[in-house]
Amino acid sequence: MKYVDEFRDGALAREIAGHIAREVDPSRRYVLMEFCGGHTHAIGRHGLAELLPDQVEMLHGPGCPVCVLPVGRLEQAVTLARRPGVTLCTFGDMVRVPGRGGESLLLAKAHGADVRVVYGPAEALRFARANPHREVVFFAIGFETTAPTTALAIQEASREGLTNFSVLCHHVLTPPAVGALLEDPSNRIGGIVGPGHVCTIVGTSPFDRFAREHGRPIVVSGFEPLDLLQSVRMLIRQMNEGRAEVENQYSRAVTREGNRNAQARVAEVFELREVFAFRGLGPVPASALRVRSPYAAWDAEHKLGVPDTDVADHPACACGEVLRGVRRPEQCRVFGTACTPDTPLGACMVSPEGACSAHYRYGRLRSAGSLVRRAGATP
Amino acid sequence: MRSRGLDLARGRVDLTHGAGGRATSRLVEELFQPAFDNAPLRARDDAAVLDLPPGRAVLTTDVYVVSPLFFPGGDIGRLAVCGTVNDLAMVGARPLNLTAAFVLEEGLELASLSRIVQSMAAAAREADVTIVAGDTKVVERGKGDGVFIATTGLGVVPPGVTSPGGARARPGDVVIVSGFVGDHGMAILSCRDGLAFESPIVSDTAPLGDLALAMTAVAPDIHVLRDPTRGGLATTLNEVASQSGVGIRRRERDIPVRPAVAAAAELLGIDPLYVANEGKLVAICAATDAPRLLSAMHAHPRGADAAIIGDVVEDGDHFVEITSTFGGRRILEWSSAEQLPRIC
Repeated sequence: MKYVDEFRDGALAREIAGHIAREVDPSRRYVLMEFCGGHTHAIGRHGLAELLPDQVEMLHGPGCPVCVLPVGRLEQAVTLARRPGVTLCTFGDMVRVPGRGGESLLLAKAHGADVRVVYGPAEALRFARANPHREVVFFAIGFETTAPTTALAIQEASREGLTNFSVLCHHVLTPPAVGALLEDPSNRIGGIVGPGHVCTIVGTSPFDRFAREHGRPIVVSGFEPLDLLQSVRMLIRQMNEGRAEVENQYSRAVTREGNRNAQARVAEVFELREVFAFRGLGPVPASALRVRSPYAAWDAEHKLGVPDTDVADHPACACGEVLRGVRRPEQCRVFGTACTPDTPLGACMVSPEGACSAHYRYGRLRSAGSLVRRAGATP
Repeated sequence: MRSRGLDLARGRVDLTHGAGGRATSRLVEELFQPAFDNAPLRARDDAAVLDLPPGRAVLTTDVYVVSPLFFPGGDIGRLAVCGTVNDLAMVGARPLNLTAAFVLEEGLELASLSRIVQSMAAAAREADVTIVAGDTKVVERGKGDGVFIATTGLGVVPPGVTSPGGARARPGDVVIVSGFVGDHGMAILSCRDGLAFESPIVSDTAPLGDLALAMTAVAPDIHVLRDPTRGGLATTLNEVASQSGVGIRRRERDIPVRPAVAAAAELLGIDPLYVANEGKLVAICAATDAPRLLSAMHAHPRGADAAIIGDVVEDGDHFVEITSTFGGRRILEWSSAEQLPRIC
């Protein structure tokens, strides 16, 4: 596959891995966090951890959109979906996340709610146009990467005067989340593999201050295996040289300024929430977006009146600590036993980008001795 | 006054077509019977009376629900014949007869139904089976998805052939796949509402009975035969690993995936190894049988792209492990849900 295979060249990968092995200081530990769920997925899928020397430890970060959404916000979507006349459209990953009392959108659908999986807000918009008698709500989640398309959908709905479309907006922002991670005194992060897709929109500049203030190097990375290996090498070099800068490995897609047009659309439609309670990170100031008042007619929270309730996570679930990289997935006591991809207790086990799901699927070879078996598998 | 015949050009299914009266009878006489024509069906008795060749009888059943009803490379009718025929073939049987039950939704165009029935008839001829009995019910509009089809299949394992079984894989065996994987599922995805993308991908829906017979003729003791339908190749291999109590090791680069399928899957964030196939089989056999089996497969049009994709090993964890094209290793898990596009 052109433009993909070039970045999956095994021989080249082993060469870079060889450089990394020679460059690491044997007496030092390099604890690196990949922020993005997409990176977590790629590291697992391509077995990258096996190519890294023992001195390098990869922590999975909170950059999985469904993972960081607090249960209370999901509860809003479930409540809306259950209302007669409402069609709730959302991304595929979202529908299986267990909400209050384990109720997911998929379960709500089984009980009669009209929940539809869409590929993006434009599809929800098309559905609203075609079904004027339905109140179509797009459950918008995701980081800066998905926010511009939601902004466009709202602007289109506004231009057309579409009255049966609204957005339950829970877009969140990456830089404040990175800040919250680094401010946590229990964090072990030595360097960060920065979010490539997010930076195509926001650019690399919003991350400068974290490198400066916290003294941690950040390398914005692409998503192919060679990208990730090169980024790890760049981080190790910075750490060895005592530097803490933002470097851009993903220069074929990311610039310092980002996509100005997309940023402008987002700024037109959205404003910052004073505070947003991330799952795992807790309340983070100015870390999420809400719909601006001129577009209130397309803001489901305003239009349909769904209060944000505080719903506790499943008590046995260590998602919060996993999302902060404080605990590894296999250190959660329900990992692989009560909580599996078939029976997820927490969001991290649902999305392919979630740390627990990725570790369950891909990460168990290294710890095969202590492996927790798939529930119900017969030896 | 109502016309006597079915209006196949403009007519629609209505509730009378399932009521057992004259309208039902017309549907049978003018549509099903001419298409599927055979002696037991012509007899119009309550059940088909069949003479079976020597061997052990094999029986299976399956329900077919697919949206859209017509997709690149096939339709629900072809799927309903091939899927059941293939299940018979996977235990080493020669597929012989099918029954077909239709649940039709009120409002379905008779032209669509006719296309589906003709397609079933063509697939049955291709698979060398007869559709000897059937039933039709009609549900109110909104209570079905156009048409659901259930087919039951009867076949016979010829004397001298040992039935393959999911629990018979042994360490040292090799794993063979009959061709490119992921075609069917990606063809369906390519025309789903909202996801529709232009692609040259067509479903591989096809009967595999003849290929399987050609295989058992040269290797009468194939340990496992499976058609990797829902859940794809990854799920099938996990089922076998778990049933047989073994591990399976594979190399990603050996698994045949068409470039268009690989590209579409990459774009959507879907792994083609978890995508359904409807015209492919996986064979696991002793290493000594592999060369013979592979050349028999290569000589057959349905197995021309067959390839060895892995080995069976001892493994108390029953892991299906894959070495990526890239050189890293990972566990290939069971699929846990329908493959859904990722968010970003």
